[in-house]
Amino acid sequence: MTDKSDITLTINGKAHGIRVEARRTLADAIREECGQTGTHIGCEHGVCGACTVLVNGEPVRSCLMFAQQADGKQIRTVEGLAKGDEMHPMQRAFMENHGLQCGFCTPGFLMLAVGVLEREPDISDHDLVDVLSSNLCRCTGYQNIIRAVRAAAIEMRQS
Amino acid sequence: MSAPAKSGLVGKSVLRKEDGPLLRGQGRFAADINFPNQLHMRVVRSTYAHGRIVSVDLAPALAIPGVVAAWSFKDVADIPPIDFRLTRLEQLAAYRQTILAKDKVRYVGDPVAVVFAEDPYLAEDAAEHVDVEIEELPVILHADGAIGEFRDGLPTETTLIEKSYGDVDAAFTSAHAIVELSLSIGRHSGVPLETRGAIGRYIAETDMLEMYGAAKVPHWNRDQLAKMFGRTAANTNLFEGHVGGGFGVRGELYPEDVLVCLAALRLGRPVKWIEDRRENLIATNHSRQQTHHIRAAIDQTGNILAIDDEFFHDQGGYMRTHAATVPDLAAAMLPGPYRIPAYRARGHIRLTNKTPGGTYRAPGRYESTFVRERLLDAVAAKVGIDGVEVRRRNLIPVSEMPVTRALETLGTDIVLDSGDYARLLDTALDGIGWTALRAQIDERRNAGELVGAGIGMFVEKSGLGPFDDVRITVGIDGRIEVVTGAASVGQGVETVIAQICAEKIGASYDAVSVIHGQTDRIARGLGAFASRVSVMTGEATRQAALKLRDNALAAAAELMQLPADQLDLVDGEIVRLNGSTGPSMSLAEIAKALQPGSNLVGDNEPGLFAEASFESKHMTYPYGVHIAVVSLARDTGGVTVERYLVAYDIGKAINPMLIDGQIVGGVAQGLGGALYEEFSYDDRGEPLAVTFADYLMPTAREVPPVDVIITEDAPSPLNPMGLKGAGEGGANAVGAAIAAAIDDALGHPGAITRLPVSPQTVKELINRL
Repeated sequence: MTDKSDITLTINGKAHGIRVEARRTLADAIREECGQTGTHIGCEHGVCGACTVLVNGEPVRSCLMFAQQADGKQIRTVEGLAKGDEMHPMQRAFMENHGLQCGFCTPGFLMLAVGVLEREPDISDHDLVDVLSSNLCRCTGYQNIIRAVRAAAIEMRQS
Repeated sequence: MSAPAKSGLVGKSVLRKEDGPLLRGQGRFAADINFPNQLHMRVVRSTYAHGRIVSVDLAPALAIPGVVAAWSFKDVADIPPIDFRLTRLEQLAAYRQTILAKDKVRYVGDPVAVVFAEDPYLAEDAAEHVDVEIEELPVILHADGAIGEFRDGLPTETTLIEKSYGDVDAAFTSAHAIVELSLSIGRHSGVPLETRGAIGRYIAETDMLEMYGAAKVPHWNRDQLAKMFGRTAANTNLFEGHVGGGFGVRGELYPEDVLVCLAALRLGRPVKWIEDRRENLIATNHSRQQTHHIRAAIDQTGNILAIDDEFFHDQGGYMRTHAATVPDLAAAMLPGPYRIPAYRARGHIRLTNKTPGGTYRAPGRYESTFVRERLLDAVAAKVGIDGVEVRRRNLIPVSEMPVTRALETLGTDIVLDSGDYARLLDTALDGIGWTALRAQIDERRNAGELVGAGIGMFVEKSGLGPFDDVRITVGIDGRIEVVTGAASVGQGVETVIAQICAEKIGASYDAVSVIHGQTDRIARGLGAFASRVSVMTGEATRQAALKLRDNALAAAAELMQLPADQLDLVDGEIVRLNGSTGPSMSLAEIAKALQPGSNLVGDNEPGLFAEASFESKHMTYPYGVHIAVVSLARDTGGVTVERYLVAYDIGKAINPMLIDGQIVGGVAQGLGGALYEEFSYDDRGEPLAVTFADYLMPTAREVPPVDVIITEDAPSPLNPMGLKGAGEGGANAVGAAIAAAIDDALGHPGAITRLPVSPQTVKELINRL
């Protein structure tokens, strides 16, 4: 496999010039070539959502996208949520509502929830649960995740 | 002896120490660990469920540039099979798994060869070029069918577990009636969101072998790896990073762990292996698949006189590290919270041509609680009483506690240490508003709905010994480090240990950091399984913290020229109990005063530290009640869980928020096993659940809000804080309660005989109404 191309992944505002094979997944490129290991790989077939990142503002399963498809696009990952020491309201809400245990699925849930609430700040409770049902968590039983996202939604609307 | 530290942290839902890095994307999970110059391993797995290995040709893979090495069995023939960690029975030794298949493959996924390459994509490509020829053999897919041959004349029935007490036969002879059921539980697994991973590294200049990606039982695995390679524990170390869920399956010693370490030793380069999800679903331990034939002898009023159970445990291809643990626990814990005067269980451990089995959260108990509670409901139907009444009549009364069961498991005698089971049943019924609920259900049924409620009761076990050590050290910066032999699989170990430590010392929670899973930091440790950490490591921490507090106060007394009994430690600062004012000092200053060479140290060992070991021969026995309310869709057979309540007696809660989290998470997994999840196979033994689109774990849509009532009615007498464990009670009785609720919704007692309950099953049952 020598079909490598030069691409630029812009992750949390920082440009990473990398050289990858056509088949390289965005998830692998973010983690390995760009060193941002907060994005986790849970299934590599687009079901669990642990690898969810925002590409041009849309939640995307980075295991189902090739890195080359993200060339030049704006990518946001969990590492970009906090502003220095200050956590994003979604991160804080997960902590305060015990919305994580092992923490492996957490970056995916954070990016999914942030991505959806930025586009639809007034999303209904019913639709919110529907959206959250697109990612898998094996520890929490989801109730505290739902609680955390609702709490963060209120705060995000206010700010 | 100084005055006790003020209480306050233990029992409080403080926020978790673990969360910050995990929320910021700074976790260090197995796949996040890299070493310069590392190689990547890919396993070539059998595509046949049973077959004779005719040949393994590694040459085509080795010819690919970037492939550094490839092995089949003959390359690792000097490595012994993976040994048992728990419930060892010598007759099972011949059924252990070698790290690569020897001359036969026994399940789809059985490792046949490994390839090592410069890049993980390349390793995966190369693995496809290993040419494996296998002559297919007939498969065994049912543990309760005919017995076959494992190899060399060894039968696939590996052993028969027998547990009994009392005169069972006499009870059945004189019984008023006998209730008999045949019940089965499907194949499930913990399926953590993080797949397994292991990185082996050999440091030649110090002759040190290291493995990263360890979990659950790092010390035991260190000892085993050292033994398998002819090394010593002193030059073998395992390191646990963040662990993305355990649930029993993760952290046991698997072939891949051994292979990366062996490769690191032989190839002289770090070797990394990260499991993919398909591998995770066919290579990591499965669990739970059992079929039970159970009968109860009862009197006229529904009192159980004896239980007799024969069951078949589907162990899959080999006996792995747990040996007989799961069926042993199923048999030992089956009597549950009830007074069973005579009992007999016979469990056949059978090998089949499926993924090998091990423990999964509430191992053996998810199964036997389903079986026992189905039996209780059947007894109720037989004598014409309801599910609540039959349980009330048979529960062990608090006046009989503690109860010795005349059964043993995990090397301990079962002594139910404390419990007021009837009181917790009342608490649960009050909690869900049982009388009103029954009235609502009747009303909805009259309106044509299929709705029902079911109850499951259980006794859990926790706090397995025999020991745990803790060392607490205060640094000159005032940081308090607790070094434990525990492990963390994401359940909040750092938080609860820090709570105990800070409260008992009289220090700040924020000042405490907790070390776990690092074999180079503490000589021995038993890790995290059997809901043991809060009890065992927690009590060792309490003891060490009290010692450290005494040491700190004694040093402060000398430095301040005041009697120690007039001093107290609050938030890491010395305060005077008599209210007098004057200079004070902090733990950091005391630690500084105890540095090597200081006057205060004298002939003693320098430093502000303390150590403690807690030993325990018996487990503690928490218990619980689950109540489920379900409705059934007439047209599809779909089951909606409308309400779910768990009442659980924890003895003493360290952090109620974390207990609640454990229970709700356990319920979600329990619901998976009750309604959605199953590893099924076609008739050639080809696994049909190899993606998350086939193995259906509950999502936010399926898991209802769960009401959790945590009680402290029955502190354990086995440790001073009264602690019992929380890890498994959420999962334990879900299958039982859901089955009972579906029966109730159908108005057909005993309708559900198998888990998971599929919509097809429910639809067929509805059609028969």
